[in-house]
Amino acid sequence: MSFQESQLEVSEPIDPKITPTGLIAGQSPTQLALGRFRRDRLSMISFWIVVFYFLAGIVSPILVKVGVSKPLANDQKLLNIDLGGVPNGAWGGTSWHHLLGVEPRTGTDFLSRLSYGITFSLTIAISATIVAVVIGVVLGIISGFSGGWVDAIIGRFIDMTLSFPQTLMLLALSATGVALFAKILPGDTSDAIPNGVYEVLVLGLFGWPSIARLIRGQVLSIREREFIDAARLSGASRRRIYFKEILPNLWAPVLVQFTLIMPAYVSAEAALSFLGVGIPVPTPTLGNILGDSVNFSGSDFSYFFYPALLLAIIVVSFNLLGDGLRDALDPKGDR
Amino acid sequence: MSELAHAATQLDVTAPPILTVQDLQMYFPVKYHGIFQRTIGHVQAVDGVSFEVPKGGSLGLVGESGCGKSTTGRLITRLYEPTDGEINFDGRNIAHLSQRELLPLRREIQMIFQDPATSLNPRHTVGAIVAAPLLIHKVVPKNKVLPRVQELLEVVGLNPEHYNRYPHEFSGGQRQRIGIARSLTLQPKLLVADEPVSALDVSIQAQVINLLQDVQREFGIGFLFIAHDLAIVRHFCPEIAVMYLGKIVEIADRETLYNHPHHPYTQALLSAVPDVKQAAIGGRRERIRLEGDVPSPINPPSGCRFRTRCSMAQEICSKVEPPLLQVGSRHKVACHFPGELGQAPQRPVTTAICGVDDQGNAVSGATADIQLNAPGYDTTWLDLKTGQRTGA
Repeated sequence: MSFQESQLEVSEPIDPKITPTGLIAGQSPTQLALGRFRRDRLSMISFWIVVFYFLAGIVSPILVKVGVSKPLANDQKLLNIDLGGVPNGAWGGTSWHHLLGVEPRTGTDFLSRLSYGITFSLTIAISATIVAVVIGVVLGIISGFSGGWVDAIIGRFIDMTLSFPQTLMLLALSATGVALFAKILPGDTSDAIPNGVYEVLVLGLFGWPSIARLIRGQVLSIREREFIDAARLSGASRRRIYFKEILPNLWAPVLVQFTLIMPAYVSAEAALSFLGVGIPVPTPTLGNILGDSVNFSGSDFSYFFYPALLLAIIVVSFNLLGDGLRDALDPKGDR
Repeated sequence: MSELAHAATQLDVTAPPILTVQDLQMYFPVKYHGIFQRTIGHVQAVDGVSFEVPKGGSLGLVGESGCGKSTTGRLITRLYEPTDGEINFDGRNIAHLSQRELLPLRREIQMIFQDPATSLNPRHTVGAIVAAPLLIHKVVPKNKVLPRVQELLEVVGLNPEHYNRYPHEFSGGQRQRIGIARSLTLQPKLLVADEPVSALDVSIQAQVINLLQDVQREFGIGFLFIAHDLAIVRHFCPEIAVMYLGKIVEIADRETLYNHPHHPYTQALLSAVPDVKQAAIGGRRERIRLEGDVPSPINPPSGCRFRTRCSMAQEICSKVEPPLLQVGSRHKVACHFPGELGQAPQRPVTTAICGVDDQGNAVSGATADIQLNAPGYDTTWLDLKTGQRTGA
């Protein structure tokens, strides 16, 4: 049995930099955390996958602008009209021009659509997650640290929000909501922005209570620790205690929540598209592509396969990335 | 360190007080959580405590768990706002100052916490922890913060190069040193040490106590030393107050308190301390066993709070609360029958002062004739042998 080289690397302790004078030079906390993160191979793989998705999400609109990628172009010649618009050829009409084939019914290049879809899916999921996490963390910290009537009011508000039938509301108010945003927001009402904003706000505004509860619980235990008393004794302001003393102790749960909610919102977006209140076709998202693929489940497997695979990969990598980050940020996590 | 350097701290009678506490009271409301929240009682955690801490000296505060020692410490650092009473620090009553008014005072009064595991933020480096007070109060320019932090770490005996390590990379004793460094950052005049060594190994306890003594000598800091370890208090504090159920029952200088305790509770407390010398001789001191539990501070006994567990309790004890009576030049005791073990007087000595008869019933026309419960000591006191007031 032989050790692989990389395994030996992992078990190696952090090498303190030796200065010319022979004294140990300390490394900054961020450096230490990054060092720990880099040594975890699984985290690094998922990190690069996530980076790749983000790059795809950023680059594809540029490609569309330039004209290289044409996610909205039709090409009926590539389709078999007799079979209801299924692409000609194996695997959705894969060819050198269309690496992942073409979309049934429209004949658009599927790679262009998918990469453009990633842009929209990620934008919606990340915006909604940020809305939910920011509201949840701020209200959770305030609620947990203040206690008393502030805690009581926020607590009742959380109960109310949790007991609200959010999916029903999302469906019922979608027409009015989207119309409202179309009126408020500048730009062409025919594009998908009002739908997107509506989706983000509803997902975010209904997603925060669980985070707030979790954070409140954490804060309740943190505020009883003596370092909070010590901070108050040194004259720290309330804001300093919230964001300098308490918040750094919450990174692990916040990151875990972020990585749990973020993929959940990617799939929530898909579900909403399926129900017809998400981003409307022709603007692609991973969700509405998947929703449409159900119509071709028997005749064009690749139409279902690629978006599903992309979804699965992003969900798994985000979870692994979150785990790795938590281990790296946790100074007690030296395994 | 030579043996002499860490001899027991001596009392400086002439030192002016840095802190004077008068009738300090802390009642925590007990709430009933129904449809409407209402207060159904109070935990009388601290009830009328008075004492002085001399400049650069130290006062020990001992007592069993739940007797209000820690609450007293937290009141003085103003982590709590007292229900009533005065906290005079450097001639200024700080009992009811607002958080904003307290800010400049935070530099003067600091605290060392009991548990080094929770008193340091695990997400901050040692440097950040020690530097935080400097940054908040903007005492030194930004580029001088790190040298100052390293200087402080050196003072408490840590490697100054370790400023960017996390607390978990240090041992318990080292962490307590970090806590001490943090409390010294602002060069306070008063340090409240809330059981600073009770979470440490015995071998480390001595090191930390020696460090505290060095620090006290070097910077002239006044200490309120809260502990339940009587041996450590004896070493560190030339003056000691014993608390029971929110009140001071006896306060005296070290020699008097340890060699001639006059309050039955102090006697019981001291008899519970294991004595190595006596064990070596083979002799065994008689142990005073207290029966029962400490009564609830929500509903404390009438009169003397210790009477439910006191072997000498008589009728007067349930009717009249004993005043903190001065019985020596630096000795006060709150008991109707004060005296060394086995030499307690037959009649209560407090009748004239309280204006009551031997059974504790009010005598018409008589009034209490001295101001009770004042901090510090009078020049005259009641001599227990003669029953007369005498002076030095």
